[in-house]
Amino acid sequence: MAEYDEHQHDVLVIGAGGAGLRAAVEAAAAGVSVGIVCKSLLGKAHTVMAEGGVAAAIGNVDERDNWQVHFADTMRGGAYVNNWRMAELHAKEAPARVKELEAWGAVFDRTPDGRILQRNFGGHRYPRLAHVGDRTGLEMIRTLQDRVIYDKVDVFMEFTVVDLLRDGDRVVGALGYDRERGAFHLFKCKALVLATGGIGRVYKVTSNSWESTADGIGLAYRAGAELIDMEFVQFHPTGMVWPPSVAGILVTEGVRGEGGVLRNKLGKRFMFDDIPPLYRNQTADNEEEGWRYTQGDKNARRPPELLTRDHVARCIVREIREGRGSPHGGVFLDIAWIKERIPNAAEHIKRKLPSMYHQFKKLADLDITKEPMEVGPTTHYAMGGVRVDADTQMSTVRGLFAAGESAAGLHGANRLGGNSLSDLLVFGQRAGEHAAKFAKQNPAGRIDPQQVEDITRRALAPFEHASGGTGESPYAVQRELQESMQELVGIVRTEDEMHQALEKIRKLKERAQRVEVDGNRMYNPGWHTAIDLRNLLVTAEAICRCALERKESRGAHFRVDYPERDERFGKVNMVTRPGRDGSAEVRMEPIREMPAELRQIIEAMK
Amino acid sequence: MSSSATFRIWRGDAKGGEFRDYQAEISEGMVVLDAVHQIQARQANDLAVRWNCKAGKCGSCSAEINGFPRLMCMTRLTDLPLSEVVTIQPLHTFPLLKDLVTDVSWNFRVKKTVKRFTPRPADAADGSWRMAQADVERIQEFRKCIECFLCQDVCHVLRNHRLMDQFAGPRNFVNVANLEMHPLDTQNRLPDLKDRHGIGYCNITKCCTRVCPEEIKITDNAIIPLKERVVDEHYDPVTMVLGKIFSGFRGKATTAAKR
Repeated sequence: MAEYDEHQHDVLVIGAGGAGLRAAVEAAAAGVSVGIVCKSLLGKAHTVMAEGGVAAAIGNVDERDNWQVHFADTMRGGAYVNNWRMAELHAKEAPARVKELEAWGAVFDRTPDGRILQRNFGGHRYPRLAHVGDRTGLEMIRTLQDRVIYDKVDVFMEFTVVDLLRDGDRVVGALGYDRERGAFHLFKCKALVLATGGIGRVYKVTSNSWESTADGIGLAYRAGAELIDMEFVQFHPTGMVWPPSVAGILVTEGVRGEGGVLRNKLGKRFMFDDIPPLYRNQTADNEEEGWRYTQGDKNARRPPELLTRDHVARCIVREIREGRGSPHGGVFLDIAWIKERIPNAAEHIKRKLPSMYHQFKKLADLDITKEPMEVGPTTHYAMGGVRVDADTQMSTVRGLFAAGESAAGLHGANRLGGNSLSDLLVFGQRAGEHAAKFAKQNPAGRIDPQQVEDITRRALAPFEHASGGTGESPYAVQRELQESMQELVGIVRTEDEMHQALEKIRKLKERAQRVEVDGNRMYNPGWHTAIDLRNLLVTAEAICRCALERKESRGAHFRVDYPERDERFGKVNMVTRPGRDGSAEVRMEPIREMPAELRQIIEAMK
Repeated sequence: MSSSATFRIWRGDAKGGEFRDYQAEISEGMVVLDAVHQIQARQANDLAVRWNCKAGKCGSCSAEINGFPRLMCMTRLTDLPLSEVVTIQPLHTFPLLKDLVTDVSWNFRVKKTVKRFTPRPADAADGSWRMAQADVERIQEFRKCIECFLCQDVCHVLRNHRLMDQFAGPRNFVNVANLEMHPLDTQNRLPDLKDRHGIGYCNITKCCTRVCPEEIKITDNAIIPLKERVVDEHYDPVTMVLGKIFSGFRGKATTAAKR
């Protein structure tokens, strides 16, 4: 029998990014006992990297903004396959969630009359993003972290959950290990919230940290929960491309919000060449109008650089493929040019975009107030994830909840910038509230010792295989998966390449069974990488299979063999669950009919 | 730039260990963390290193590089003399867990002893407040802190004198400054600063400011103003006499100091 420490809580939260922390705060406020497990130290989760801001229709900068406009923007951005109920709740509740952060100590940038300042962002009709320079994520995570430490919440730092435990149709716990000793821990709970964030590490070029190994998706899937929308992976248009060691690191959309423009090597602003019909009415058709928009002119339309991320990323890929890219395989993003327009431009840029200035200065030896940056698309965000009920955030397995990036539905086929930070607040709060409610209404379940035994045995297998370095390396399997997905299931997809990817994944799955690790269980990154492989592989497979089924192009999902939107697919979601033969099974499911009042909002704002 | 370089990395745990030399291939733009990752993937799968964002935003990968406390992800190899061996060792001030990873949990425990943010009642009916940009900018500097704990590592009160039970350290003073100068906060943390958090031990050598990757002026903007407030409150003879006469006076003096 495996040895382990035992812990018991009413609500267990996995992940301490924005969604997990917000869920923990809410559950603790409901008076239940709460544990929070995180892979890193508190406050280091990927939320810390969010730059541009949090979207909420507070209307401080433009009073025409309201929840209806935010709802319509989110649905349009998601190409209408979003869970409309989530989009409605999100738009309605985001303002209260942002304002309450201020009561907890957050300090957003201010308007001249002292209220929360809001900035422009892609796909949002009005200035809507509350922000702190370009380090909004840090502000949010620190505010939530500094609240949680005073609450009655047990924090387990540098712990990883390997699998969930079930009692019949319900999740009743989780089995994990601590990094420090490599010892196992059994967490018993009445309700469990997955807030594990993203999947970026499925790909080679990503803005995500090592933590984004799709844990929540793997855990939920193996516990029998359904996934949804897995084909929709957002490639952020602007990641760093040079030097190679920093490729993928995010360059905030805020650069474009402040007037930054995209140019090809000929110096042309290529975004004017292709403005989608759905956005033509609200996009500037000349440089002058675009500039006025970024400077707050309410009568001007937004420049095409601020079109949705999926579209901007594809335009950049087109420029690069057709030979008009920058020297290191990207395009130019220029904010320095604003010196032609405003006095003290260098100071202005440093004040508005301090961490971008710092990042390029330190990592690329480049002064963004003087020279253009080189940027290209980077894997950024999973719109898909664990399927949840819009109101309660419960998955299709009882007692298992999900929130934030690991859950799915709000963003449809493409997420608008700023909507992830509001997502994690709105649905983190809801998940915490309903998990606490579930815990109060249900008795503790039974822990099955056989499940515990199986999980620990599987987790230790890489040590059993140790052959002194001649066997399969977890790093090699991980790298090959990342390269295959980057190459075959990236921004531009075709049937043939995706079949190749599936075949590759099948082989990698076999190899993953045989990976071996050196050393002992103490803080052993090789072992951690071996364990994370299962989550990466199942996620890669789900992405492939869903992308194969969606025979059209929509939002972030672009297929050269089906380059147009097909309205038959506009009314369905792809649902993934474990099939009998061990591979992922995908089915199409019709989207529930939208109530008339929401439909009217969308029609009125088209 | 040469195509390879030698990295001398501390390997071991609380029981003991040694420096080991590794060769890593060097390419353009690499940072120290890239070299450590390459060594980990190719030569030492079990080499323990803490990291996350790799962009200087999370403050996880703190270490001592050639004896200087830095973030590994923001230290470019071109800034180091690669003709010589590059030495990488864990933070000295905190207990070693394994290789480059130390137990920094003490910092989190101390933070909990700081009185929490306590805002004044909302200014507007909708529950919101009004603050001027100029007023928030002062504490936004402190809120940039990424909790890398390099300032704690370098501070001699902790590093050499080991006064962990009497002294909260620069990171925590930055946090207290953030709360004390917060335009909305109503708490008084000065007695704690003096007694529990031992601000008097700081003799403003400014080592913390020098290592801060966020370039926060820790000594000038956080610690010195806090020290002045402590002095004003506790050693100003007029305040002391009046404080004895009017028991409610001290609270008002603190509020005045906040402005």
